[in-house]
Amino acid sequence: MRKAMIGACVILASFLFIPYSFAKETVKIGVVTPLTGDVKTYGESTKNAFLIAVEEYSKKGKYTIVPVIADDRNDPTEGTNATLKLITQDKVVALVGPLTSKVAIPMSEIAQKNKVPMITGTATNPKVTVSDGKRKSYVFRTCYTDPFQGSTAANFALKELKVKTAAVLYDVSNDYSKGLADVFKTTFTKGGGAITAYESYQKDDVDFSALITKLAMKKPEVVYLPDYYNKVGLISKQIREKGVKATLLGGDGWDSPDLAKIAGSAIVGGYFTNHYSPDRKDSVTQAFIKKYKEKHGIVPDALGSLAYDATMILFKTLDSAKSPTSEEIVKGLGTIKNFKGVTGNISFDKNGDSVKSVVILKMEKDKVRYVTTIEP
Amino acid sequence: MEVLGYICDQCINGLQLGAVYALIALGYTMVYGVLRLINFAHGDIFMLGAFIAYYFIAKLSIPIYFVFVITMVLTGCAGFIIEKVAYKPLRKAPRISLLITAVGVSLFLEYFLSLKAIFTPDYIGFPRPFEVTAYDLGLFSITNVQLLIFAVTGAALTGVYYLVYRTKQGKAMRAVSYDEEVASLMGINIDRTISFTFVVGASLAGVGGILYGIAYPQINVFMGVMPGIKSFIAAVLGGIGIIHGAVLGGFIIGLSEVFVSAFLSSTFRDGVIFIILFVVLLLKPSGIFGKRIEKV
Repeated sequence: MRKAMIGACVILASFLFIPYSFAKETVKIGVVTPLTGDVKTYGESTKNAFLIAVEEYSKKGKYTIVPVIADDRNDPTEGTNATLKLITQDKVVALVGPLTSKVAIPMSEIAQKNKVPMITGTATNPKVTVSDGKRKSYVFRTCYTDPFQGSTAANFALKELKVKTAAVLYDVSNDYSKGLADVFKTTFTKGGGAITAYESYQKDDVDFSALITKLAMKKPEVVYLPDYYNKVGLISKQIREKGVKATLLGGDGWDSPDLAKIAGSAIVGGYFTNHYSPDRKDSVTQAFIKKYKEKHGIVPDALGSLAYDATMILFKTLDSAKSPTSEEIVKGLGTIKNFKGVTGNISFDKNGDSVKSVVILKMEKDKVRYVTTIEP
Repeated sequence: MEVLGYICDQCINGLQLGAVYALIALGYTMVYGVLRLINFAHGDIFMLGAFIAYYFIAKLSIPIYFVFVITMVLTGCAGFIIEKVAYKPLRKAPRISLLITAVGVSLFLEYFLSLKAIFTPDYIGFPRPFEVTAYDLGLFSITNVQLLIFAVTGAALTGVYYLVYRTKQGKAMRAVSYDEEVASLMGINIDRTISFTFVVGASLAGVGGILYGIAYPQINVFMGVMPGIKSFIAAVLGGIGIIHGAVLGGFIIGLSEVFVSAFLSSTFRDGVIFIILFVVLLLKPSGIFGKRIEKV
């Protein structure tokens, strides 16, 4: 009798633990993003978007996500150190990020070597997924690549703005800026235009007066500025102060609420190529924008939206994978087709890049206006 | 004609940059004069000046001329404290200890101030206290920012010249730089003279920081590194320890930077500056105005 009592107690007690045995298995996901430094607004929107994705997934997903967030300060060395720490010490099964190509290129090498899948929302340089003609099989991205973005900008200048001359100012120490400048130059010349000035500056420069005085003499109709918002803000201001009236043109690096704050009226009338417009009429897009706005009070930029898409794709693969391991996730990522994301439909091509349309936006006095969409 | 106008425009750009370098170089050269110390934290005082001005203009909207006064006082205090805390205890130690401390102070300022709670590690837009307007003078044009820079630099240089060559305190500084021991035998207070030199040098760097912020309106905690090194080269070029040498050196460095960018490529810019340093050190290590080879 006594034994039976004890047995019953044990059985009853074991029921107490049932909820725990139903608790979800935890999976660690690493995020590398610039939370401080020269492009910190990108990092903030990525982090916000990632956490929204985690919150959404935790309601219905198979696993409990443990996010490990690291700051790369938009510095390749910081980025690689953070990645190594996430992989070797925190043992994350997959990485989201980073934002910029110059950090993504060395970071992708580490992910590849350690066989940890990495999915970046926004690093657009071709070398992120392919180096020396060899595909990095663990690396994916949810954005288009620079050759497409740069040639779209050049064609837009030739056909829509109907200009014949352009000047290019780029950061020689930044893969993103250099890559875009190069493609723009080739496409623009091929299309019958003339590049009147092709000038480079360096990472920490703040004085562009010599270059701009040089450029002003050539009187270009368009100035292409493929860099991030902080530099673009500073350069555009100095361009206007030197009396250059040319239309300014740029890439997705312009997409930050800080650009208008820094540049003021100098940037008004400028165009830039981007990944999507928040005006996109789509239920997924609008639902995300609504949620982001409720939480953070502003409309998310393209960088946040792309990071959200990257994270959601990762979670989708995680759910359908047999086990939450890096190997299974990579297998799953390879098969993603027509994923309905905030920034459009995403399918990975053989290089792990996604083929997507480019949107052209115009900077106006108090808002960014949608101009047109260009299909690949 | 157009080429001439272009060269004039570039000259103005170079003078604008050179004026700021000259202001910072003055601090290097004066401190070296009295203490035989290359104060590597000087570039960071320049940064501090820009940040202090930023807080007073952006957060408290104080008129610009007050900002100049407040910034000079505060960076002067910073110079005073740095000298008392980091350099004075090492007055009798070998020169190399002083140099190492200077590097330490520089790194401390950069990384301590980059903490989120103090300043911030981010890039901040510097608020211009007035709108920029350009005046077309036919051959070339000049902006009010450039005029402000030339005016303030001119005033600061005149002030320093008056201070060093026309006042008693300046005489003491020159005496200390000539021979510290004999000067102290003549009844000059060495400690006070050195402190005074640091205060003057630091407040000039503070003024440089404000002008730099107004001219190139973006600041961050590492902004002092490159201008610091270049102003140091300017001081060496003019003859370290010699006041008008530092000013001339500053303008030469500023002009060469702009002309290399304008006629060659900005990629070569920093390289050319360092080549200038090598050439000076090889051919005339005492600098343009240096009379004798430094004995130390």
